Formats: sequence, structure tokens, C-alpha cells
Amino acid sequence: MTTVAAVQHTAHALHHDDRSFIRKYIFSTDHKIIGIQFLFMSLLFLIIGGLLAMLIRWQLGWPGQPLPGGAALGETRMPGGVMLPEFYNSLVTMHGTLMIFFAIMPLLVGVFANYLIPLQVGAPDMAFPRLNMLSFWTAVPAGLLMVAGFFVAGGHAGAGWTSYPPLSAVPEYSGVYNGQVFWTLSIIILGFSSLMGSVNYITTVINMRAPGMTWFRLPLPTWALFITSILILLAIPILTGALILLLFDQVLGTGFYLPERGGQPLLWQHLFWFFGHPEVYILILPAFGFVSEIISNGARKPLFGYHAMVIAIASIAFLGWIVWGHHMFQSGMNPMLGATFMSTTMVIAIPTAVKVFNWLGTLWRGDIHFHAPMLYAIGFVAMFVIGGFSGVFLASTPVDIFLHDTYFVVAHIHYVLFGGSLFAIFGAITYWFPKMFGRMMNETVGKIHFALTFIFFNLTFFPMHQLGDAGMMRRIYDYTGYAHLAGLRPLNEFISVSAYLLFATQLLFAGNFLWSLLRGKKAEPNPWRANSLEWAAPSPPPHGNFAETPTVYRGPYEYSAPDADEDYLPQDRPPVQRPAPAPEPIPAGG
Amino acid sequence: MQWGFPENVSTFGGEIDSIFALILYVTAAMFVIVEVALIYFLIRYRHREGAKAEYIHGHRRAEVIWTVVPFLLLALLAFRSTKTWLGLKSPDRFPRDALELRIHAKQFEWNVTYPGPDGRLDTPDDFVRRNQLHLPVDRAVRVTMTSEDVIHSFFLPQFRVKQDVVPGMETQVWFQATRTGEFVLGCAELCGLGHYHMRGSVTVHTAEDFERWQRQEAAASS
Repeated sequence: MTTVAAVQHTAHALHHDDRSFIRKYIFSTDHKIIGIQFLFMSLLFLIIGGLLAMLIRWQLGWPGQPLPGGAALGETRMPGGVMLPEFYNSLVTMHGTLMIFFAIMPLLVGVFANYLIPLQVGAPDMAFPRLNMLSFWTAVPAGLLMVAGFFVAGGHAGAGWTSYPPLSAVPEYSGVYNGQVFWTLSIIILGFSSLMGSVNYITTVINMRAPGMTWFRLPLPTWALFITSILILLAIPILTGALILLLFDQVLGTGFYLPERGGQPLLWQHLFWFFGHPEVYILILPAFGFVSEIISNGARKPLFGYHAMVIAIASIAFLGWIVWGHHMFQSGMNPMLGATFMSTTMVIAIPTAVKVFNWLGTLWRGDIHFHAPMLYAIGFVAMFVIGGFSGVFLASTPVDIFLHDTYFVVAHIHYVLFGGSLFAIFGAITYWFPKMFGRMMNETVGKIHFALTFIFFNLTFFPMHQLGDAGMMRRIYDYTGYAHLAGLRPLNEFISVSAYLLFATQLLFAGNFLWSLLRGKKAEPNPWRANSLEWAAPSPPPHGNFAETPTVYRGPYEYSAPDADEDYLPQDRPPVQRPAPAPEPIPAGG
Repeated sequence: MQWGFPENVSTFGGEIDSIFALILYVTAAMFVIVEVALIYFLIRYRHREGAKAEYIHGHRRAEVIWTVVPFLLLALLAFRSTKTWLGLKSPDRFPRDALELRIHAKQFEWNVTYPGPDGRLDTPDDFVRRNQLHLPVDRAVRVTMTSEDVIHSFFLPQFRVKQDVVPGMETQVWFQATRTGEFVLGCAELCGLGHYHMRGSVTVHTAEDFERWQRQEAAASS
């Protein structure tokens, strides 16, 4: 029934596109436009988040030195160019907040779940296109509110992206007044946007798959985004609930998290991390999907262990719910709980390892083409491994006693979210750019950007493991007063210089993106000779996507099949009716 | 610049460092295997004219092996870690006859309450010192901590000790110094504008020196 309706919808939509400019590009219900709107918004936040990190690195590389031109940021932030501790705390808080909630999460989910899911399942649009539009237009005020927080008296939120009360709840403790409230409200509103998106993604995958698109013929990005959407649907309400209580503590004088009013600070931590650990997987599972897609395409070889890959994603998603306590080993939580959470955390490393081995298995005996998206995907595997291994140190409760809240954790999260997620995002943008905009990104610039980012990323973040080993606490404005840290000046300076080069390298990507948007080489419908359904549609696909609802005959990773003429076999290509083999001649005398 | 961890001066610090080393060896070996395989495959199976990838969808036995081997390694690490962890953090397993101290943290200072010469807390000869932690060498110290305002985290890098101090709760740690000297006390949890300078000094005395210091300070305070 769904299929019939979809066919009619498609035929109608392709008939004639007479929507006004506003309906087409601004208040659009087309999943592709909404995905692209999320893309521009989250790339903007990625730049802002990066700039905040550059300011942080100034203070850490050259503590207390005036930043040339820094005085322009104002007396309340950098008087005479010298950073104030309150501004530093806001920078740390907002770098984490913007990158996690407004850059990486929407880049992975808002952009690609929107853009890819209907195309990969062979549907004309999302199940609820208007809800989808509302999802984007709910994220916009959340973003504006978050940016507005920078300009209120008292400065922006300064209690860390984890916003632990009582610091985040009581202005007298943090010195931050309205900024903290802006932060809380913005994240609450953003949560509604994520929820509206996730119900849409889930419904679309369940109900709108084209004929023949069985569950185990879904491409890995769609699988990963589907499972991620379930995590979002279940995790965000917990955060929203916790945030509403925090908001009450901040503005109504309640005391849910404040002991002097009968509350419990650890309640926030349990609620926050009960959301927060699934959130960590929300930030990496889609990346697993993109990388699987790109590696199989680059290696011209079926994805190794497709079923194992799907099961691994599902197991990580499930186990992600029972590991939150590993953020709280030193919080004063019962140490028996610490031992339990350590065991579950160690277990979650297993499906993660399975994924890495399956990527290697895909490369094994492949025919590897090093196109730019492939380089980003390989870079992802090489560096995500480091982020995974550093997680094992932190999972071990006794070792965590020393490493908790040090730069080792900062190194770990950046290997996962930058070396991991962001590399996958670079790869995914480059890979699907021709589909989105009908033009190719420049390959050579992409390869140079990859190489320089790979080098400067490692020079920036690998030494942070050593800062952590030396005992340097995170979120610390000035470490030079500590006897055991004073010697870390040169290493911090080195990291800061590397970070500036890393940031400068990103201009290549931005330039390539903008230039290719206007002047890039025209793309064919299927420039990567790939199998999944989005490549069966024109580049860019029209409103309604497919001229005719495609029929699916096989899985998405049929590369180098022996009976195919080319080294790929699209999901919607009807099987060739080969003549039946001639009957064996009957041996004489038989 | 010194590489690796700061010098260890607590009785159990060596155990923590050895678990760190164990994990380092295991993960370094796995890291080398993965990265070498990755680089080898990239070179060996790079595209050549006329080449075709092998049409392989997976390998059941390989999947089982690379699920079971990490499981065994991680089970070993979890088992090794649990033993040490409970010994360090379960108050019912803390050493007896420890020197009892109390710390009250507030923005941005550590207030340490010491027993006077009678060796007991909550007697009139108790005294308080701000941002100065004094203790005797070779004797277990047990600290009960409370916070006035926000969450702080009691961090002694050279002792491998870290424990959050939470308002409305009492948290406890123990440690035992193996040598005399001056060490660092820092705050590891973002606690506000002055978080970065919420530090104190740790002085480890010989038993006799500590007693002398204790008598002297108690007298000065009374």
C-alpha cells in the first residue's frame, strides 16, 4: 500500500515544480533541501567552534600574553588582549557545546539522515515532510539563542558542556548570570528539533522502503542512521527532562540538584550521562556507516561481514545504555558500581573492534582506488583506532583515578570526534557532494586537505596524551602555577602552533567547498560507480527524487561480482537473464 | 621536559602505573597489528590496471576469532583493574589505624582539619590549615571530604589520588606516602573562575617531624 502511494506521489511531484522560491529553498519540505540547510548551518557552527578552540589554544600556548588584536573582543573578555578566566571558561564550555550539539551531531544526522535516507531506501521524500521542515526551523532559534548568549551581560555559560550543578545552577558560584539560562533553553529547544527529525527517519526507514529493499539490503549509512535515530528518540527526552529541572533551579529557585535546598548534585550527572553516553554513539555510529560505504566503494569489494557490521552497530547502541557510569568513577558514586560500569565499558570495545577488523577485511584483496573520500575514510580507520584504545585506559577504574579530568580525556575525545567523526564527515561531504549539488569537489585540493589535516591533527592531539600523563587538568585557565605542570609550556606551545596550522588547513576545505559549489566539474548521476539507490537518481535529484519508484534486486555492496561486466552492480539493475547452461553431454555408453 | 607520569610517592601508585603499562602493552601490540595490516593492504591491494577485487562477503571463522580474542584481553584487563580498584575506593577496605584528616573544600581553597597532639578529631586541640596538607611518611592517611559550594576534585598527581568532593555528601580517600618531600594538591573539576588556582602544597614529613609540627601548630592555634 505504501508503495502504491509512493509511486503516485512521485509521479505527481515530478510533473511540474512550480513552487515559489521561498517554498523551494527556505520553508522547503523537500528532505534534500532540509539536509542542505542543516549542512550550511552546521558548517557555520563548525567554524565558530573552531575559532573558539583557537582562542583557547592562545591562552594555553602563551598563558597571560596579550593576543594581538584580542582587545577587540572587549573589556569583559580580553582587556588589553589578555584573556580573563571567566572568558576562558566560556570558551571551553561553548567550544564543546557548539561542536557536539550544533556541528558534529547535525552534520552526521541532520544533514545525512535527511539527505540520504529517502534516497537510499528509494522513497520520494520523508514520511512527514512538514514535520521535517519544522525540525530544521526549530534548530534555527536554538542556534540563535545559543549565539545570543555570547552577548549578554555576565558572559556566556561557563560551567563546561557537561554543565554540572551546583556550578551551572547558581550564578553566585559561576559568576555567569543569563548566559547559563540561554544555554539551558537553547539545548532544550534543540532537543525538540532532534526528536522531530528522529521520528521521521525511523518511520521513513520502516515504511517507505522501495519494493525489494529488505532490511538486509539497506546500505550501512541508512542502517547506522536508523539505529542512531532510535538512540536519539530515547536519549533526548532524558536530557530535556534533566535540563528542565536545571532551568527550574536556575530561574525558579527550586533545588533539584542543590543540597542546600534538599537536592542532589549527582542526580544531574546520572541523568546527563544516561543521555550523554548514548550521545557519544550518536556522534560516531553514522560515521561508521559512511566509512563502511566509502571503503567498500573505494576497494571495489563487497563490505566484509555486512551482517556482523549491522549487528555490531546494534550491539554498540544497546550497550551504550549501560555504560554511563564510567564518566562518574571518581564522582563519589558507590565503588561497586564503578566496577560494574567498567565491565560493561570493556564489553562495548568488542563490537567496536569487530568493525575495525571488518574494514580491514574489506580492504584485503581489494582493488583500492584512492579517491579523496576514500582517503578520509582510511584516515578515519587509522585514527579512530587510537581513540578506541585510549578509551580502554580510561575504562580501567584504577588508571582512571589518575587520568580522569586530565588532557588524556581531551586527547581521547578528539581522536574519536575529530580523527573519527569529522574525518568521516569530510569523506561523506566529498562523496555525496556531487549528488547534492550536481558538481564534483576538486580531487587534488581534497587530497592535499586530507594529507595536511591528517598531519596537523596528529601533531595537535597526540601530544595531549602526554599532557594528561603529566597530570595536566582539563579546563584549566593557567597551569603555570603548578610545580608539576610548569615544564609543559613548550609542549603546549607546540600544540597551539599545530592547532593553528590545522585550522588554516580547513580553509582549503572551505574554499574547495564554495568553489566547487559554483564552478566544480559537472557530476554524472553516478560518479563513484556505486551501487546504492541515490546514484540511480539524477545529480541533483529533482523534487520527488526518482522518476519511477526503483525496484531493488540485491544488496548494496555487490562490487566485482564475477558474473557482472563492470566492477559494480547497482541495486536497482534488473538481473540479466542469461541463457540456461547447455545440458551436460551424456557420456557415450552411459 | 619529563615524559610519562610524574614521580610516584604512594604505596599503591606503582600498582596503578603497572596496570597503565599493561594496557599500554596490549593496546600498543593491537595498534601495531591494525596499522601495519592497514598500510600493507593499502600498498598490496592498490588499484592496478586490469585488476579486479576478489568477490568475498566475509569469513565466519575470522569473525569469531576477532570477537573472542578482544573479549579475552578485555576480560583480563577488567579483572586486573577491579581488584585494585575496590582496595583503593571501598571505605570498608581502607587500612585501619590511619591518620584521620578532614577537608572542607570551597571556592577556591582546601581547608584541612588536623587532630592535635591527642591524635583525635573533634577535640579542642584540632586545628585548621588552608591549602596546606601535611602528613607523615609511611603511615596511611584517611581523608573525609565535604564541599561548601560546588563540586571540586581532590587531586594528588604524585600519589595517583583523585576523588570528587561533592556538596551535600561525604567522600573519602586514603593514601600512604613512601618518601618525604613537597608535592602538589590541585583541583581537577571545573569549579568556577578561580578553579585554576585552587591548589595547595603537600608536605610529607618523617614521623617525628610530623609530630613536632602537629604540636607546634596546635599550640599556635589554641
